Amino acid sequence: MIVAKKKLIKEIAESLSGCKRVLVVACGSCVTVCLSGGAKQADELASQLRLAARAAGGKLTVDTDCMERQCDREFVSQLTHDPKNYDAVLSIACGVGVGFMSELFPAARVLPGLNTTFYGAATADGVWEEYCHGCGDCVLAMTGGVCPIARCSKSLVNGPCGGTTKTGKCEVSPDMDCGWHLIYERAKAAGRLEALRALPVQKPRNWAKDRSGGARRLIHKELTNPEDGR
Amino acid sequence: MSEAVSKLQAELEARHFVVTGEIGPPKGTNVEPCLHEAEKYLKGKVVAVNVTDLQTAVMRLGSLVVSSLLVQRGIEPVFQMVCRDRNRLALESDLLSAYVLGIRNVLALTGDHVALGDHKDGMAVFDLDSVGLLGAISTLEAGHDMGLDSKGQPNVLDGSPKFFSGCCVTPCTDDVEMQILKLEKKVAAGAQFVQTQAVYDPGTFETFMRRVEHLKVPVLVGIVMLKSAGMAKYMNSSVPGVSVPDQVIQRMTDCAKDDREKVSVDICGEIIRAVKPFCQGAHLMTLGWDHLVPDIIKAAGLA
Repeated sequence: MIVAKKKLIKEIAESLSGCKRVLVVACGSCVTVCLSGGAKQADELASQLRLAARAAGGKLTVDTDCMERQCDREFVSQLTHDPKNYDAVLSIACGVGVGFMSELFPAARVLPGLNTTFYGAATADGVWEEYCHGCGDCVLAMTGGVCPIARCSKSLVNGPCGGTTKTGKCEVSPDMDCGWHLIYERAKAAGRLEALRALPVQKPRNWAKDRSGGARRLIHKELTNPEDGR
Repeated sequence: MSEAVSKLQAELEARHFVVTGEIGPPKGTNVEPCLHEAEKYLKGKVVAVNVTDLQTAVMRLGSLVVSSLLVQRGIEPVFQMVCRDRNRLALESDLLSAYVLGIRNVLALTGDHVALGDHKDGMAVFDLDSVGLLGAISTLEAGHDMGLDSKGQPNVLDGSPKFFSGCCVTPCTDDVEMQILKLEKKVAAGAQFVQTQAVYDPGTFETFMRRVEHLKVPVLVGIVMLKSAGMAKYMNSSVPGVSVPDQVIQRMTDCAKDDREKVSVDICGEIIRAVKPFCQGAHLMTLGWDHLVPDIIKAAGLA
């Protein structure tokens, strides 16, 4: 899922400066699961914003709403408040939701309440970690399900650099596993070390499939509708 | 074997035990002191001098320019190139520039992560990894670049370079299995010589060398001078893949401050003597104590 982190209240309050009425819109999907942008967090954020406004000597009306998925047109009807009645819509979805909402409601001022951070999994209670980088050219078959692009801080495809610590961590941080150490341990546990050793030299990555190729698009031709113009 | 393009290659092919040195370009434009050190302490004493490339991700004067200045002063450089800061276009272009400037030895390195340096907010590029960079060198040498022309064919170069290209390995790490796996790929991609991360334990190094014998590639043992016991302890706790044995630390602890240089030189000399039968050279990283290079060579019995 997409993992996102709450922005600091100070930053959000600054972005709302001059607003009298704000609608906080939660998203019922990924960001609800990672406890950053669900309905509960929308209520908490609304209270914090009201308090912050009061402390600054002002008054802010904050309502909350929620959509199952802010990245999908079919859930717009779930909104019980009309964005046009507000000075700003504070979306606490991932950046996709913020962007899509601002497209759906062009007259509204849609602002982000979260920093979207990565595609990850819940690895322990209260812990989410990055597992996928969305590189557009999956190599997980080669590395036993541990992604060298997402989990190696340098996205190395031919093996580790010299920065693996004694405890199998990355030179970047003692809290960060070395991606290639994970790949090695996974192969060992699966009895596939020989297969790992036998991997040929990997060709340089085609980063055009990643962000270097510009904004990406997925089209299922059989489902397209010419009237959509996309 | 192909004709040697550099003194370093010729010496290694002649099976002479080689010694190389290293200088770090300054942070700023004041290049004279490092060139002076190289001329005074390294010229004529070592076969080639590595020029570090924004080592530890700290912004400095570039290794290409300093390597070129060494060429001008009659000192053979080993042009270090890391993958952290440039994409494949810039790496290939700098390789052509290096060749035109008379640089023949290139050391392809991954490079420390941006997060370790003094520009922590910068983008970590790593378009190619070190294996990819070695592949890029081989491609340029074959008269092409990594790109394609409008017909989808490899671009043809108007004049191609020829380098003696090397790589690095960390032989004394706990994850040595993966280091060997990576080294095999580096050699397959075109690495012709190897420099190692710092070695302090000849026994561990010997074991490593036995395990890479099949690669038939010359290896220069990495010798990093210890400046104090504190530095040794720091390396043990904070520098991945480096392990200084307790008895070595003890020698640095026990000696008087004025004797540190001498004890450090002795330690380097002893390590080189011990590993000389298993490797083809030594790469000295003196971290500013360049004036001790001649003493290390003497202590190692190589003078």
